[in-house]
Amino acid sequence: MHEVGIMNDILEIAVDAAKNAGGSKISALRVRVGELSGVVPDALSFAFDVVASSTIAAGATFTIDTVEATCLCTECGKERIGASPAACPDCGGRSIISNGYELLVSSIEVD
Amino acid sequence: MAIEKAVLGKNQAAADRLRDRYLRSKTLVINIMSSPGSGKTALLEKTLAQLGASFRTAVIVGDLATDNDARRLSGHGAEIVQVTTGGYCHLDAGMVTKAIDEIAGQDLDILIIENVGNLVCPSAFDLGEDLRIGLLSVTEGEDKPVKYPSLFSRVEAVVISKIDIADVVGWSRPDAIAALAVAAPRAKVFELSSRSGTGMDAWIAWISERIADKKAG
Repeated sequence: MHEVGIMNDILEIAVDAAKNAGGSKISALRVRVGELSGVVPDALSFAFDVVASSTIAAGATFTIDTVEATCLCTECGKERIGASPAACPDCGGRSIISNGYELLVSSIEVD
Repeated sequence: MAIEKAVLGKNQAAADRLRDRYLRSKTLVINIMSSPGSGKTALLEKTLAQLGASFRTAVIVGDLATDNDARRLSGHGAEIVQVTTGGYCHLDAGMVTKAIDEIAGQDLDILIIENVGNLVCPSAFDLGEDLRIGLLSVTEGEDKPVKYPSLFSRVEAVVISKIDIADVVGWSRPDAIAALAVAAPRAKVFELSSRSGTGMDAWIAWISERIADKKAG
């Protein structure tokens, strides 16, 4: 539960990018949140409403794209859904988690 | 307009600086994470008592409030720095950087970071550590590793603690091992009791080997 802190960081990145582009208002903000990022999307949306109100992103459309955890077999290259990096069910190869840890500011729209 | 910027980029940069620093000093850094009450501090009390004679050791201990854990850990020959997060749910690389500067003896063999008791938030913050350790006590559910994959999927070792009371609390070892095979299939697993000392030798031997590996580069 550190979504307010995370939202401060998100807004800092977004506001800096908007100002660098010469914008004075952010009308949309899009982020990508992995299932394994430790961030709860609902809590993040709530934090946006609270934190953004005092910034140039006040009233912006806030969109969260959630990313499902996936594992990738390092031998046969097959990707599968889930957060278990156990041996590949197809070839028995070593698997790694390939998606799910994301926490990114994807894009903004600036007026 | 596309941005594609990591939200925790600042933490990552600070963690990378810490990792460089530990590499130069050849200090092994371990980050211990678990839910509150799973026995992190008890494990460290016993670990420090055994490592203290052979290695220069320091501990950074994170808590929401109080310095109770730092007081428990003092007197074992290691330098202890308490970080009180004031309600924050995890340690980040900035807090660790500040804490390190409070450690007088900088020529350390091992730095142990006892994270804030929490199974979610600490896992997202790189502290520049070499090893992440997850603790799981037998009084918790055997399925904790699959319920909290963000933490257990990224640990090098899991310590199952309080095994002296496993029978009393109805701990199912096979269920726990099965959950770990799903969530943390390559993690080294230690089963121990800090109170009775059962299983401590294997844990201490492993840590000692890792310290030697880091020294050897």
